[in-house]
Amino acid sequence: MDKFTVHTGRVVPLRLSNVDTDQIIPAEYLKRVTRTGFGDGLFAVWRDQPDFVLNRTERAGADVLVAGPEFGTGSSREHAVWALQDYGFRTVLSSRFADIFRGNSLKAGLLTVLLPQEQIEEIWALTEADPTVELTVDLIERQVRIADRVFAFDLDDHSRRRLLEGLDDISITFQHLDEIEAYEATRPSFKPRTLPVPVA
Amino acid sequence: MGRTLAEKIWDAHVVRRADGEPDLLYIDLHMLHEVTSPQAFDGLRLAGRPVRKPEHTIATEDHNVPTLDIGNITDPVSKIQLETLRRNCAEFGVRIHSLGDPEQGIVFVVGPQLGLVQPGMTIVCGDSHTSTLGAFGGLAFGIGTSQVEHVLATQTLPMAPFKTMSVTVNGTLKPGVTAKDIILAVIARIGTGGGQGYVIEYRGEAIRNLSMEGRLTVCNMSIEGGARAGTIAPDETTFEYLKGRPHAPQGEEWDAAVEYWRTLYTDDDAVFDREVVIDADQLTPYVTWGTNPGQGAPLSSSVPDPADFADAVERAAAEQALSYMGLKAGTPLREVEINTVFLGSCTNGRIEDLRLAAEILRGRKVADNVQMLVVPGSAKVRLQAEGEGLDTVFKEAGAEWRFAGCSMCLGMNPDKLAPGERSASTSNRNFEGRQGKGGRTHLVSPAVAAASAVRGRLSSPADL
Repeated sequence: MDKFTVHTGRVVPLRLSNVDTDQIIPAEYLKRVTRTGFGDGLFAVWRDQPDFVLNRTERAGADVLVAGPEFGTGSSREHAVWALQDYGFRTVLSSRFADIFRGNSLKAGLLTVLLPQEQIEEIWALTEADPTVELTVDLIERQVRIADRVFAFDLDDHSRRRLLEGLDDISITFQHLDEIEAYEATRPSFKPRTLPVPVA
Repeated sequence: MGRTLAEKIWDAHVVRRADGEPDLLYIDLHMLHEVTSPQAFDGLRLAGRPVRKPEHTIATEDHNVPTLDIGNITDPVSKIQLETLRRNCAEFGVRIHSLGDPEQGIVFVVGPQLGLVQPGMTIVCGDSHTSTLGAFGGLAFGIGTSQVEHVLATQTLPMAPFKTMSVTVNGTLKPGVTAKDIILAVIARIGTGGGQGYVIEYRGEAIRNLSMEGRLTVCNMSIEGGARAGTIAPDETTFEYLKGRPHAPQGEEWDAAVEYWRTLYTDDDAVFDREVVIDADQLTPYVTWGTNPGQGAPLSSSVPDPADFADAVERAAAEQALSYMGLKAGTPLREVEINTVFLGSCTNGRIEDLRLAAEILRGRKVADNVQMLVVPGSAKVRLQAEGEGLDTVFKEAGAEWRFAGCSMCLGMNPDKLAPGERSASTSNRNFEGRQGKGGRTHLVSPAVAAASAVRGRLSSPADL
């Protein structure tokens, strides 16, 4: 996983609530068996409309997405995170994220930042007034800075440390293999097993 | 202080607990399908890791499969994805039920019918509708592909704690009102984000009186209310369903299991972080009018006016939804014409759903301008339905009798809506383009689906 410490970039304001995972990456794009190349499917249907915010010239190269509440609702597809990253987004700000999307984003190194809706609206107004204005997400200080405004955000210490250091969860868990084995020794024998396949 | 059901199951699966870290939870059952697993197996290969516990892992094929001619996967990309799953399972020693196998089907229909889903278990799958399986009194939640790889490698997951919510459904459902109407009403009440951060426990007389099939329907759509998991305390209905299934415990093991399962309930003095109460007697058939599952209303009502929403975000969402759905505020929902009916999915593709719809269609005809797809949730459900003669009922009514798969629930296989087409669908998501680009979806129960097929408009059986 790539590290995330401090990122500064221009903003794409997405003034919509309930941006579900089928909008972020439609199901027809999920047939790939690799992790790469999903950027072309990002918001595929909306991008067909010339006035969609991502299509505007002043938003070209902007890599901070700022969206309305319930961002990432719906399916568990991590492809939604990969599509945002592959397109170039480093961070997404919203007043509410769906749980599974949030978990996926933090696992994959896309920092999702929770801010109150009033602050989201303030960022929208600032970037719409001046699309060249830059926003900084500072994970070290847990701050969002734009123009003269500074907003604090919360992220649990564990997730923050993983992102700052780019740590791999599986390696961390393997450090506790003895505890996993000790737990397994206590599991009741009536718990089901998929193998061997029972004979009908 | 007492504990809730969800807290009891959580505590029983903690492998490691340390300050400043999420709990490391043991996973009892990991289910796989072709869409969210290929990159996880790739990760294992890159790191040289095996699947740690193949005996807690099982795969099936569902999202990409055709339902008309299962011997002919015409989309080459779908074919590659299915072949990749087969190859990965062979390489890593994972049990798989492929297309054509009598146990193939939608992952959340297959698990219960094999008896692999039992009370008190932790169950994961790279699919948000894993919440379905909490109906047996376990903790079942959807995960992303990075987590799929984590479980394949370690059989554990680091998880941040949940909050707990009770949804109590008191009283008795009126005839014609089903489990689907309960959950659509719950989501309309709490909204698509109302369950965020929570595990929901469904309780109350109306829930107790549901069959296992009905409970699976309710828990299935917990995710549509934002909750990662839904659960229902196990009882005689649960034990009765499980007894004799291929993977249910037998003999003394069965007795030991039931003794444990009977401890799985919320203590009287336990406290939920949030409580919601619904009166079953007041419920009528529900349908959705918008583009998220929270935008639902009783079938007897009309398309709402966005101006009536006090909240600015909700108002804007309603305006966008009506524009996409091609609906006018004030139109009675019963006058909305549909041209497609989809009966199936992990929400409503089980035998009881097919029986209910067949009973309504018996001796009736699907309207001339309506195409109705009946897609059993699994090959076993299809065989069982054929044994009961339900396929004949559907075919005589003019509906199409298909093979098992996810089908028209999502646009990943040949079953799709064309732009502008409007469906009454027993599935779980009415997002823009979910059933095909430009398609318009109304979520309904199997009873409303069947009645709507006959009348060509959103209808309940009472309208026939």
